[in-house]
Amino acid sequence: MTSLLRSRESGIVIALVAVVAVTAIVNPGFLSGQGVHDLFLNASIIALLAAGQCLLVITRNIDLSVGSVMGLTAYMSGQMFLGNQGMPMIVVILAGIVLGAVCGAINGALVAIAKVPALVVTLGTLYVFRGLDYAWASATGVQQVNAYQMSPSFLEFGSGSVLGVPNLTLIAVIVVAVIAYLLKNFRSGRELYAIGSNPDAARLAGIPTGRRVFTTFVISGGLVGLAGVLHAAYFGTINAAVGSGKELAVVAAVVVGGVAIFGGSGTVLGAALGALLLTTITSALPILGVPAFWQRAVDGAALLVAISLDRTVMVRLAARLQRERNRARA
Amino acid sequence: MAPSLELIGVSKAFGAVQALRGVSLALHAGEIHALAGENGAGKSTVVRIIGGEHQPDEGEVRLDGEPVRFGGPRDAQHRGVAVIHQEPTRFPDLNVAENVFMGRQPLRKGRRVDRRAMYRRTAELFETLGVPLDPALPTRGLSIADQQIIEIAKALATEARIIVMDEPTAALSNVEAERLFRVARTLAANGAALLFISHRLEEMYSLCQRVTVLRDGSPVTSERMTDIDHDTLVRSMVGRSVEQLFPKRETKAGAEVLTVRGLTQPGVFRDVSFAVRQGEIVGLAGLVGSGRSEVARAIFGIDDRESGTVTVAGRVLPKSNPRAAIAAGLAMVPEDRREQGLILELPIDRNTSLAQLGAVSRWGLVRSGRERSVAAEWARRLGLRFGGLGDPAGTLSGGNQQKVVLGKWLATKPEVLIVDEPTRGIDIGAKVEVHALLSDLAASGMAVLMISSELPEVLGMADRVLVMHEGRIAAELSRTEANEEAVMRAATGSAA
Repeated sequence: MTSLLRSRESGIVIALVAVVAVTAIVNPGFLSGQGVHDLFLNASIIALLAAGQCLLVITRNIDLSVGSVMGLTAYMSGQMFLGNQGMPMIVVILAGIVLGAVCGAINGALVAIAKVPALVVTLGTLYVFRGLDYAWASATGVQQVNAYQMSPSFLEFGSGSVLGVPNLTLIAVIVVAVIAYLLKNFRSGRELYAIGSNPDAARLAGIPTGRRVFTTFVISGGLVGLAGVLHAAYFGTINAAVGSGKELAVVAAVVVGGVAIFGGSGTVLGAALGALLLTTITSALPILGVPAFWQRAVDGAALLVAISLDRTVMVRLAARLQRERNRARA
Repeated sequence: MAPSLELIGVSKAFGAVQALRGVSLALHAGEIHALAGENGAGKSTVVRIIGGEHQPDEGEVRLDGEPVRFGGPRDAQHRGVAVIHQEPTRFPDLNVAENVFMGRQPLRKGRRVDRRAMYRRTAELFETLGVPLDPALPTRGLSIADQQIIEIAKALATEARIIVMDEPTAALSNVEAERLFRVARTLAANGAALLFISHRLEEMYSLCQRVTVLRDGSPVTSERMTDIDHDTLVRSMVGRSVEQLFPKRETKAGAEVLTVRGLTQPGVFRDVSFAVRQGEIVGLAGLVGSGRSEVARAIFGIDDRESGTVTVAGRVLPKSNPRAAIAAGLAMVPEDRREQGLILELPIDRNTSLAQLGAVSRWGLVRSGRERSVAAEWARRLGLRFGGLGDPAGTLSGGNQQKVVLGKWLATKPEVLIVDEPTRGIDIGAKVEVHALLSDLAASGMAVLMISSELPEVLGMADRVLVMHEGRIAAELSRTEANEEAVMRAATGSAA
């Protein structure tokens, strides 16, 4: 199993190298410092969202409200600076994480306690949270918060880097590493896989499935909140529409990253690499002379290719295991 | 000494259905206790109450003489209860060791999972069980027998004092069942209290010391195994005496309708050739994993085959095409009725019509009136016990579910019927009915190919017995030649 997953992640890396190589041959400028820097910044935000989404998908759940939650927290950061331009950055970040976690808790409670399917719950909250975002903007009359209204240190943090590595990328790498470690080494992490693999059996094994799913929604929400604040810090211009449509890009990244959509398998590293791959493809298209309006179609095609590959590998693997077993018995 | 676990006057109702009425049961340390009864008698409810999944409405559960109320499965596990479920409850995406230790993995510093210890202990458990199963193997695609072994390893891993085995042998061959009994005896000798549920009476006699019989949710009798004879036990279970477990009718074999020539799928089965004639019941015996079900699946076209031909009533069937097989007059009742035979959520009538929607449709639209009348007819002919035809198939007992599967296929008016483990996990009363039905079908000229792990069933019902060993047909025995010893010798590959 590990070798399969490993090959899955190396598969994404190979695809990534191929995309980068082809693009760099067409236009060596693609590998310029600034280009790579921007690419990683964009990918980092998606990777944060994908890390949280990956946890949910492993438990056979999904969160479609991520784009709206991200928009809401990004808008809140802007509003906090409007109230007080000298607001300490850490307060804004923590407030974003808390707001995201609260949104996650609402999703989680509806899924885990009210037992409504996650797809339906989060489709509903996708509209509700976005609606709140717009309502807030219209009630305060603030359609847009601009960079000059925010704290300079906040903006510096958003675009800054340490030893050439963007701050946002560092954060994403740390988050992915921590989640990967927790998933692999802690009972509660392993239990998420069990819940996604067979929910009834998980309950019989004594796993508190409701509590685990709820917690996963809260954690994922917190990460989305963090991503929203970082988005504000990086772009410096916020309106109530931030993050619209991001949910599909995130789910695509997770699936391309090899996380089974019906739960039970996949890794957070794969999801993050999926985010990086899709972002890279998006940046490579204009350089390759593909008009920007093809971007969505290419994302979709990548998703379909990834799913077909998974399916083929799965069928082959099952057949092989069956054969080996029969031989072992004979 | 107080019993390890005791149920006293336990009653439980689900909605309008009274599942248990005043059931008392005492499990003593070192003793294996049999729980007998037909399906629907309330055995599963007893299991769920002991396992902490349900709480009794009335009466109480006592642990070492102290009344307890389990808060849930985890609570029961913590107090030393382990349940080996009838339907294996595995995590297909996780490997063997993770399945065994899920929720209770050994920990090392910092509350992290100690993976090395987990793999080592899993390997040790399988050694105790005498089964070589790689702890790192993914469980997707494991045979039911192997899954069952994992369930048992799970119970061992918890070091439970009270172990409930809900039909653990339903899917096992004799060799595997024997191995399980050795483990059960060892557990009891080490002071565990076991509750053992099985539909095979011989198993109860060889393994258990006491038996409690349930009928319609009420306790009928509780005796020492040595104080109750076979007939009395059966009578108390079904409430009547069963004259004949295998009501086999003598029939005259007619023309060959199913001919299989040189069927081969590398690594699964090789060069399988045989024929089944009208009016004949041919038994396909062999150990689990010998390729019996795989051959049946390849004949029906669910699985691929590399070479060989299948002919039904003179028509050669294309590979991997169940539709063509059905059209040619082949029907197959699969091994696992819950996974493969039925759509449990769908109502009985929809399940019955599934294999022949064309026949109940007009202009591509299913006529539900027609669908219902076909279902009603088969329900009547098979003696189905049900609430309404609109009830989900999953609400029926095992025996009645099997009748729905049989009805679904018989409604296609097949010439050849393949049945894979037709009576697995169904109670004696229903078993006799299924046997009588198969016998009647053969008498009316149908060709029946019956796969079964239960030797008495094969010997009792088949006109001819084919024995498979390692993917080949090792022996063909006539009804007179076939006996337990001859079949087992061929199945295990010992020279005749």
